[in-house]
Amino acid sequence: MGEPTTKIGGSTRRSEDKRFLTGQGRYTDDINMAGQTYACFVRSPHAHARINSIDTSMARDADGVLAVFTGEDLANDGIGGLPCGWQIHDVSGEPMAEPPHPLLAQGKARYVGDHVAVVIAETKQQARDAAELVDVDYDMLDAVISPAKALESGQPLVHDEVPDNRCYTWELGDSGAADEAFERAHHVTSLDLVNNRLIPNALEPRAAVASYSPGEDHYTLYTTSQNPHLARLLLSAFVLNLPEHKVRVVSPDVGGGFGSKIYPYAEEATLTWASKKIGRPIKWTAERVESFLSDAHGRDHVTRAEMALDTDGRFIGMRVDTKANLGAYLSTFASAVPTILYATLLAGQYTTPAIHARVTAVFTHTAPVDAYRGAGRPEATYVVERLVSQAARDMGLSQAEIRRRNFIPTDAFPYQTPVALNYDVGDYDATLTRAEELADVAGFEGRREEAQKRGKYRGIGYSTYIEACGLAPSNIAGALGARAGLYEAGEVRLHPTGKVTVFTGSHSHGQGHETTFAQIVSDRLGIPFDDVDVVHGDTDRSAFGMGTYGSRSLAVGGSAIVKAMDKIIDKSRRIAAHMLEAAEADIEYDDGTFRVAGTDKSLSMAEVAFSAYVPHNYPLEQLEPGLDESAFYDPTNFTYPAGSHICEVEVDPDTGRVEIVNFTAVDDFGNVINPMIVEGQVHGGLAQGIGQALLEGAVYDAESGQLITGTYMDYTMPRADDLPSFRVDTCNTPCTHNPLGVKGCGEAGAIGSPPAVIDAIIDALRPLGVTDLEMPATPLRVWQAIQDAQGRQVA
Amino acid sequence: MNVSMTVNGRSVTADVDPPTLLTEFLRDHLGLTGTHVGCDTGQCGSCTIHLDGRAVKACSVLAAQAEGARVVTIEGLADGNGDLHPMQAAFREEHGLQCGFCTPGMVMAAVDLVNTYPNASDTTIRENLEGNICRCTGYENIVRALKSGAAGMGDQGNG
Amino acid sequence: MYAFGYHRPTTIDEAVTLLGQSEDASAIAGGQTLLQSLKQRLAQPGELVDLGAIKELSGIAVDGRTVVIGALTKHNEVALSSEVRKAVPALADLAGAIGDHQVRNVGTIGGSVANSDPAADYPAAVLGLGATVETNQRRIAADDFFIDLFETALEPGELIKAIHFPVPKRAAYVKFAQPASRYALAGVMVAETGDGVRLAVTGAGACAFRVPAMEQALAGDFSADAIKGVQVDADELNDDIHGTPAYRAHLVNVLARRAVEAAR
Ligand SMILES: Cc1cc2nc3c(=O)[nH]c(=O)nc-3n(C[C@H](O)[C@H](O)[C@H](O)COP(=O)(O)OP(=O)(O)OC[C@H]3O[C@@H](n4cnc5c(N)ncnc54)[C@H](O)[C@@H]3O)c2cc1C
Ligand code: FES
Ligand code: FES
Repeated sequence: MGEPTTKIGGSTRRSEDKRFLTGQGRYTDDINMAGQTYACFVRSPHAHARINSIDTSMARDADGVLAVFTGEDLANDGIGGLPCGWQIHDVSGEPMAEPPHPLLAQGKARYVGDHVAVVIAETKQQARDAAELVDVDYDMLDAVISPAKALESGQPLVHDEVPDNRCYTWELGDSGAADEAFERAHHVTSLDLVNNRLIPNALEPRAAVASYSPGEDHYTLYTTSQNPHLARLLLSAFVLNLPEHKVRVVSPDVGGGFGSKIYPYAEEATLTWASKKIGRPIKWTAERVESFLSDAHGRDHVTRAEMALDTDGRFIGMRVDTKANLGAYLSTFASAVPTILYATLLAGQYTTPAIHARVTAVFTHTAPVDAYRGAGRPEATYVVERLVSQAARDMGLSQAEIRRRNFIPTDAFPYQTPVALNYDVGDYDATLTRAEELADVAGFEGRREEAQKRGKYRGIGYSTYIEACGLAPSNIAGALGARAGLYEAGEVRLHPTGKVTVFTGSHSHGQGHETTFAQIVSDRLGIPFDDVDVVHGDTDRSAFGMGTYGSRSLAVGGSAIVKAMDKIIDKSRRIAAHMLEAAEADIEYDDGTFRVAGTDKSLSMAEVAFSAYVPHNYPLEQLEPGLDESAFYDPTNFTYPAGSHICEVEVDPDTGRVEIVNFTAVDDFGNVINPMIVEGQVHGGLAQGIGQALLEGAVYDAESGQLITGTYMDYTMPRADDLPSFRVDTCNTPCTHNPLGVKGCGEAGAIGSPPAVIDAIIDALRPLGVTDLEMPATPLRVWQAIQDAQGRQVA
Repeated sequence: MNVSMTVNGRSVTADVDPPTLLTEFLRDHLGLTGTHVGCDTGQCGSCTIHLDGRAVKACSVLAAQAEGARVVTIEGLADGNGDLHPMQAAFREEHGLQCGFCTPGMVMAAVDLVNTYPNASDTTIRENLEGNICRCTGYENIVRALKSGAAGMGDQGNG
Repeated sequence: MYAFGYHRPTTIDEAVTLLGQSEDASAIAGGQTLLQSLKQRLAQPGELVDLGAIKELSGIAVDGRTVVIGALTKHNEVALSSEVRKAVPALADLAGAIGDHQVRNVGTIGGSVANSDPAADYPAAVLGLGATVETNQRRIAADDFFIDLFETALEPGELIKAIHFPVPKRAAYVKFAQPASRYALAGVMVAETGDGVRLAVTGAGACAFRVPAMEQALAGDFSADAIKGVQVDADELNDDIHGTPAYRAHLVNVLARRAVEAAR
């Protein structure tokens, strides 16, 4: 587990753990306010229905009910809908179709679970009872669930104003160059791929407590958000038209997010508005079934992908055509996920010179789809790595060999890909070599034979992935359609006693920022780890922030803190020079101590801090008192974590059950601040990636649009006995363009692992004639694939 | 109706509606918010507490059913001297938690697991964690924590 | 949950009286099944009669030929009972494969058998071992007990007191869990008893059922090979996202063979 030292590079045990382990964590549902009321949302039971009328009279009269609101009430108050944060342009040059996304349905319900009305009552039970009394007169309409089908003519329209349900078609890369490569190809590998729809399932359901104080004309919203500042900005500027400085958003402890808690949702916006209406605080906590129905889902791509190879097995071209399901409405980052975060990663770790991608984004009568751990990059990795592995089989090359022939060599960095990104650094061969060693690939054939004797089929699968993290240079993001900046803010406050409070705009909901950020500060300022407190998640305490997602906290948020510390050290140096009566240039700084070069005259950081607040012997004419600095950091490039995953499976051909017997992940995360936390992030990501490959998949009934996997009875969450003990390691090349040299580690596991798992199964079942398999590879699906293959062989 | 039970060593009596779940009783009536609720169907295990010494899901028991019982929640697991219970300490040491939401239930389940299956193998541990979902950790460090917590509990001789 | 009245009788008679007093009264044992449906508002009993305080319903008694398990006995009490394990290891294994550790600490055999969930495990044991269900009114043979989806021979207000399992010569239960719920996607109990071979299936159909063709084949030759070609009719089997009827039919055969090999 590594040494628990508190400096950078030490596996410091986490500061936040004690409260979590003793039941003292403070999650949104744990917060209660005086006079609090409870909300229950009335949700559409239909995937597509016209709402003729809503009769709320019975509900209003029910015991304990304070108010019932519908979309009409919001419209009467001029309340807008939820905005989309990223504008993509269609190939025609027109902006994407952006139909309204009302908080409560206006005239139509567009997916099962869509918000139709809200009931507010004295107790949870009363709110729920009364919600059943809201009488909605629906005309059921036909629904369309599959993105491919939704594009066909004559299908039901999700939004009347969006023909063919097409939000946009978008392209990246040089299609002429790609076509030319295919014309001269020695071999073409092609695949039809489905990236299965996932439901994020952070274990803490979404929740909100909203209140309004008339005396101060001020709103407070406690909510399960990954980025409270963004929630405040969007709620005040775009949804509710409130003055931003009169709104405080607090994300206290949050029980996991994985993307699903980035976005402002209808519930907390409606609650904030309604809290003023009724003059009382209102609480809402999702039941798990509501999470299944209305949290933003992830993935859901259908792709046709082709790879052109020359006689040596070199990749000379790639063409990808993807249909991405957006669900019924555009969620905050929905439009960016299948474009900017997807197609730009299609070069993978390879020198493929010509790539062309075409993405059609489609509305369907399903819950909105948005970023889920990895967001676009798992979908890209799945396309690239499935193609590469299949090409290896087609060309008779080993999985390692075809990859090595195509890796971007270490001396080619910085490397400009044909799909917009510029990779700064990496060593792909190093992670692959280490992964093969750790996975004992050399011993695999022996293990395969041994398994065969037990009637089991063993297989091995590879995935060498790359991702782009640390979103993002704001100007580049802006040029690509982002409607917000993507920097981060940090503030470092030294107190007179030498203790430190750090304020960050990055939110922590499991990532351990309170520990990692304190390590960085302790390391740079030479202040004991226990004397550093990290504050996050409160718009009244941290200046600003863009929040936590896309593995950006350390690379962007951590860098902002480093910048603030640089200012602290600069100022302290000047104070120290004055106090030590030396020239500023003669002051050396190391590990919390300012020393006059070549002497034993020195001051500690704490002494300097004291003097900054008690400025008796202080350069007051040049410097302000106090020692409190803040900084904004805007990254100059993405960071590019990369790595090699190797999966070994054993398949029971009689039942179709797949067991993962070994899983190896060797990643390049750049510099590592806390190896223990990084390893934990990898484990968690792997569990979600393996979950996608083997277990998880949202299923809507194709006709009725009902969510069949709407509880844990049908949606398979990875449990302890579904997973192996992981073998993980890192081979790091420091990032070249941020002050910490870090790249980010939060999503790698979920990005790299799915193709490795699927290819391991295909490899295992090759003797039975199986050549392809869809995710999730459930026992039923694997068994069916074996039956089909055997049927083909007989035929 | 009235219910009485011992919670973390303290006798409590309260007037509740019959449909009150033990989770609601603990969280809303007693303010013991360490017991979490992660689902509606009894699968996730975030609500695990000890009822008469055995791990149970408090979301799947009525407060009324716990009449006269001895309830221990995550808040009452440690001895009260400020030290963590060996299982809590092991979860911290082995990094067996991230967001902390599953953690109280996970720790309570782990303690009963060790009591029921001393010296359990990794396989037994993983199989018997079926009732506790963790979305963050991938379980690897939870399994490690459980083993090291078991050793700690053995050292202390406290089951 | 909707509102309901709550009662906690201490004797069976009292419980039966309470259940008789109201049309929409329901017994609650461990509540592991019932409370989930109440929470989701899928059921609305007016009165709940909690059997939890009725001491005489709990406990395990083993004599040479029979294992008697009180209705209120929890799954873990059966799974971890050294007496049950010695007499009918297959029964202890089955109880240990139900749900998860916490559910096994609370859920009861009576609740499971009375509920007759198509994917529950105990019904396979009751039917496969040829048990007798003892109620407050009568004794019901396993073959007459399970009628259909969530439907048994129990009359309204009739309570299970205990289940009597004859000790088989050898038996085994093999379960293939539905990946999400971990209930049985299919489960097979096979037993060689004094009265011949019994083979019962759960998870695959509307309720637990026997497979006479396999029983006959095994009566002549108690080996996995003897039933290799004996398939159950897929037309009658359940269809959902986790298993097609054809897959379930196939699984029944695979699990039956594995059970025969594992029987002891
Ligand atoms: C997460 C989870 C996983 C599970 N997994 C499985 C599994 O894998 N396999 C499996 O078989 N089961 C599983 N179960 C169900 C579990 O075994 C239940 O405990 C059991 O089915 C019902 O027992 P109970 O005591 O909880 O009954 P209750 O929920 O209290 O009652 C169930 C029904 O039986 C009636 N009833 C109860 N006792 C009697 C009696 N003595 N006489 C007449 N009627 C009575 C009640 O009125 C009610 O209608 C699972 C449950 C959960 C929550
Ligand atoms: S809250 Fe999920 S099992 Fe109790
Ligand atoms: S630590 Fe987040 S769910 Fe387990």
